[in-house]
Amino acid sequence: MKFVDEFRDPALAKQLLTRIAQRMASPVLQARAPIRIMEVCGGHTHSIFRYGLEALLPQTLELIHGPGCPVCVLPREHVDDCLAIAAQPDVIFTTFGDAMRVPGSRQTLQQARAGGADIRMVYSPLDALQIARENPQRRVVFFGLGFETTMPATALTVQQAVGKQVDNFFLLCHHITIVPTLKALLDDEDVCVDAFIGPGHVSMVIGLEPYGFIAEQYRKPFIISGFEPLDILQSILMLLDQLVEGRAEVGNQYSRVVHEQGNIQAQQAVAEVFELRERSAWRGLGEIDQSGVRLRTRYAALDAEREFALRSTRVDDPAECRCGEVLKGQLQPQQCPLFGSGCTPAQPMGALMVSSEGACAACFQYQRNDSQ
Amino acid sequence: MCLGIPGEIVAIDDAATLTAVVEVSGVRRRVNLACVLPTGADPASLLGYWVLVHVGFAMSLIDAEEAHQTLRLLAELEAFADEVR
Repeated sequence: MKFVDEFRDPALAKQLLTRIAQRMASPVLQARAPIRIMEVCGGHTHSIFRYGLEALLPQTLELIHGPGCPVCVLPREHVDDCLAIAAQPDVIFTTFGDAMRVPGSRQTLQQARAGGADIRMVYSPLDALQIARENPQRRVVFFGLGFETTMPATALTVQQAVGKQVDNFFLLCHHITIVPTLKALLDDEDVCVDAFIGPGHVSMVIGLEPYGFIAEQYRKPFIISGFEPLDILQSILMLLDQLVEGRAEVGNQYSRVVHEQGNIQAQQAVAEVFELRERSAWRGLGEIDQSGVRLRTRYAALDAEREFALRSTRVDDPAECRCGEVLKGQLQPQQCPLFGSGCTPAQPMGALMVSSEGACAACFQYQRNDSQ
Repeated sequence: MCLGIPGEIVAIDDAATLTAVVEVSGVRRRVNLACVLPTGADPASLLGYWVLVHVGFAMSLIDAEEAHQTLRLLAELEAFADEVR
C-alpha cells in the first residue's frame, strides 16, 4: 500500500535502532536513565506491540502507553445509556464496530443485539444518517465517540441531518478531547514522563499549536508521529535528540499527513456543532475538566441525551482493576494481577483490555503469542 | 479508533454532496470531501490526489513531497551508516 509499505522497511528500522542506542549511550541520557516516553495514541500502542518494538529498544528506554484509546476510556455508564436507548422498540441504534464490545454494567451492545435489539454497526456516521432517511418511521440514534479525529465527521453529519431536515436522526455524543487529559497527566505527581510521541490523526485535525504548552511550560519534547514502525522509531530518535541537546519543542515527524495548522475546515465544523462540557468522565482516570464536548443548543433537537432524558448512574470498575496505574506508567500490563486470568480481551474487567488499542489488550494479543 | 487509511481519489460520485470514490488497496468506497476541498472548488480538481480516509471522510491531502522527504532523511541515515562501516 502506497504511503504505508515504504515506512516498514526492516533495514531502515535497524539503522534507526542503532541510532537510538547511540543516543541512549550518551552521557546526558545515561545520567537520566531510564528515559520514559509516553505514546499518547492507542494507534501507536497497537503498532508498538504489533511490531514488537519495545523488545528492540534499549532497556533503559521505557514506553508508557497513554490514554489515547477512546473505546477504553468510555465509562460503563455510557454503555448502559446506549443499551437503554437501544431497548426502545422504535429505535435503530448505530455505532462504530469498536463500541460494540465495550461492556456496560451488565451487557455489551453486541450481546443486546443478539438478544433482539436493532443495533447496527456503521462504518461512517453518514451511513447512520442514510439509515434514518430510509426509515422515517423509526428513531435512528448514532452513538458518536472518539477524539478530534472523528469529531469532524460527526459534526458534518449533524449539519447534513439539519440541512436535509432528517428529523428522526439523533446523536448520542461522547466525543472527547485529548489535550486537557495530557495536562491532567502532566500535573499528576505520580506520572513521570520525559517526552511524548504525539497523536498523528488527532493532530491532522487540530494542528501543532494546541501542544505548545507541553514544550513551553512543562519543558517536555513532543513529536507528532505516523503509525508505521519507521515513523515511530524516527519519532523516538527525534525526541532523544531534543533530550540530548536540552531542547523541548513540538515537532512533526508525520508531515506527509499533518499540516501545521491542522484541518481548518474540520475545525470550523466542530466549532459550529459542538461546545465543551464542564467535565467528562474517563474510565480508568476519573473526571477531567473540559475534556469532552456536547451538541450546541441550536442542535438540541438532535440531542439523544435530551430526547431520551438520560440519567446515568456512575458505574465504577472493580476495585482490583489497576488500569489507572498502567495508564500513568506505574505498572506494566503484565504486572496487573488480573492480566490474562481475570481480565482478557474476550472478557475484559478493566478499560485497557477492552479494545485492541488498549495497552493490556495489545500486550495480551501480541506478547502472549510470542512467549507461546 | 483514530485509524486512517491512505487512498487515491479515482472518481467523483456526486459533486453536489462532495462525494468521491476513493480506492484503498484495490477496494473502492465512497468518501466525503468536505474537509479537504477548498471552498467553492470543483471536486473534480482533486482527482488523482491521495487522501487520508477516516470514517468515510477524507481528512487530509497527503503531501507526496513530504513523504519523500521523510524517506530521504531515513535513506541518508543508512548511507551514513555504510560510510562508517
